[in-house]
Amino acid sequence: MSVRSTLPRSDVSAQGGAPPFGSVGMQDGATQGLASRTAEIAALDADLSARRAQVAQRRRLIIYALRLAFTVLWLGSWELSTRLNWVDPFFVGQPSGVVQRLWTWITEGTALGPLWLQAVVTMQEAVVGFLIGAALGVVFGILLGRIEVMAEVLSPFIKGANAIPRVVLGSLFAVMFGLSLWGKAATAVVLVFFVVFFNAFQGVREVDRNLIANARILGADNRRLTTEIIIPSAMTWILASLHISFGLAIVGAVVGELFGATAGLGQLIYNAGHTFDVNGVFAGMFVLAVLALIAEGLISALENRLVKWRPSRVSGEIPI
Amino acid sequence: MAGAAIELRSVTKRFATPKGGVYTAIRDLTMEVAPGEFCAVVGPTGCGKSTTLALISGLERASAGEVLVAGEAVRGIPQGIGYVFQSDAVFPWKTVLGNVAAGPRYHGVSNWDASKQAKEWIARVGLAGFEDRYPHQLSGGMRKRVGLAQSLINNPRILLMDEPFSALDVQTRTLMENELLSLWAASSASVVFVTHDLEEAIALADRVVVMTAGPGTVKGTFAVDLPRPRNVAEIRFQPRFVQIYEAIWSQLRDEVLVSYERQKHAAAV
Ligand SMILES: Nc1ncnc2c1ncn2[C@@H]1O[C@H](COP(=O)(O)OP(=O)(O)OP(=O)(O)O)[C@@H](O)[C@H]1O
Ligand SMILES: [Mg+2]
Repeated sequence: MSVRSTLPRSDVSAQGGAPPFGSVGMQDGATQGLASRTAEIAALDADLSARRAQVAQRRRLIIYALRLAFTVLWLGSWELSTRLNWVDPFFVGQPSGVVQRLWTWITEGTALGPLWLQAVVTMQEAVVGFLIGAALGVVFGILLGRIEVMAEVLSPFIKGANAIPRVVLGSLFAVMFGLSLWGKAATAVVLVFFVVFFNAFQGVREVDRNLIANARILGADNRRLTTEIIIPSAMTWILASLHISFGLAIVGAVVGELFGATAGLGQLIYNAGHTFDVNGVFAGMFVLAVLALIAEGLISALENRLVKWRPSRVSGEIPI
Repeated sequence: MAGAAIELRSVTKRFATPKGGVYTAIRDLTMEVAPGEFCAVVGPTGCGKSTTLALISGLERASAGEVLVAGEAVRGIPQGIGYVFQSDAVFPWKTVLGNVAAGPRYHGVSNWDASKQAKEWIARVGLAGFEDRYPHQLSGGMRKRVGLAQSLINNPRILLMDEPFSALDVQTRTLMENELLSLWAASSASVVFVTHDLEEAIALADRVVVMTAGPGTVKGTFAVDLPRPRNVAEIRFQPRFVQIYEAIWSQLRDEVLVSYERQKHAAAV
């Protein structure tokens, strides 16, 4: 999260800049005073944005320091309590053991092959499932949000489908698609779809009626109304759902691997579990978490690009 | 009068209330606006002024009676309507330029030409230099002016304005009022201008319609026979202005009192 310079640069300076309708009789002296005042304010502005950058920088450093402290505290107490044998490392693992296991995986490979390959396999399943699920969710959410009859007819079916525990479908998909990528991707799809669908649907329903009225008055046809008003407005909701649903896509892929796979991080974790290798389980989870965080970062970047019209929360919080 | 630009004939509008009841917002309202006429509508809060505009614009349908624009019954949104909404209606995801250029683009003007037109209008409402701002980066009054440019750029034949200047400071407001008058004089558009401010109504309009407390209907109409072109800042001091003001206020006052008493009563219950 970077701090952009979209903020106050100029509510002040702008007022000096252009009087409404230009030609209001303004005396010469006043104009001159205005010019010097404008320059003064510009200098002040530059000063302020420099200070603002400083404040933001300091704040960022503090946050990182606190994160580091939290990590040390968390891992340190875990390591210590296993070292002192307060708890049995056989059952709860040990940070140093996890690091060791990761190191062997990286240098010597895992039982299933090189580590990166397992990560690629699982990410492929998750990303494919995520993309398909999100696309379907957005399309159906917008369709049903726009077409009332369709929503009324389909709503009991959708609610019903949403109520069943969908991970069990993984076994069905394993039968349908065998050991291929598609069984896992399909599990991810059914998890992602509903979250994105409900958000897109809600987003369409929440569009400000005033804005729709305005667009229609200005001459927007139905297509334009959908692309220029409904979708941008619903985008906030849709993007919010993407954050949650990428995590769900990973869950789908990992669960899918449970029902039959020859590779993948999920498979790696089950293998570790079956051989009572708790550190291996944690190491696999750690790799998954890192990948999920990277994906989260990508989605946030996408969000910032797509909804840059929103008041930026970060810069709003930093006092000048 | 044949060929009125806007005609409402015994129009009634009822709304369903959340409790399942029916609320009559306007009752048996009859009024006419001639082509090129500037008509102001005043009335106590909640009397149905905005509802009347919504009916003319085709955004709402009358429960009874007829609404005609250019002699044709309103079904859907009539051609050539401009509407400056009471509440903020600029698109938050579009820049000032994008907002103002929307109208021409929806009418098939190329992006480049639409931007060019939009820039002229942005300058005209005093927002030159703010083209790339998003609405949340503007003040309330600036957003209002974006909404104004957004409507006017379409060169509407019929312009509906719902308290367009109420968020502006007095100086800017006077400037905008004068600007509106000169634009209107050049355009031959018919204007329905809703306001709470009786002085503003008289200063701008050819005719002032006073509505009763809700359910609203027409209480009286007053011709404003002040000469044009007018300067809004100065016209208030003319004796004729004061006369007209007193005549209208004597009627409006009763309705405002009724409305106020009712609200006080409703609050007490
Ligand atoms: N969609 C709606 N559903 C139910 N009631 C409505 C609706 N729209 C308006 N009303 C009611 O109709 C009445 C008239 O509303 P309207 O907005 O036209 O008032 P107004 O004269 O514009 O008031 P103001 O000057 O405060 O803007 C109000 O009592 C309002 O509560
Ligand atoms: Mg109103």
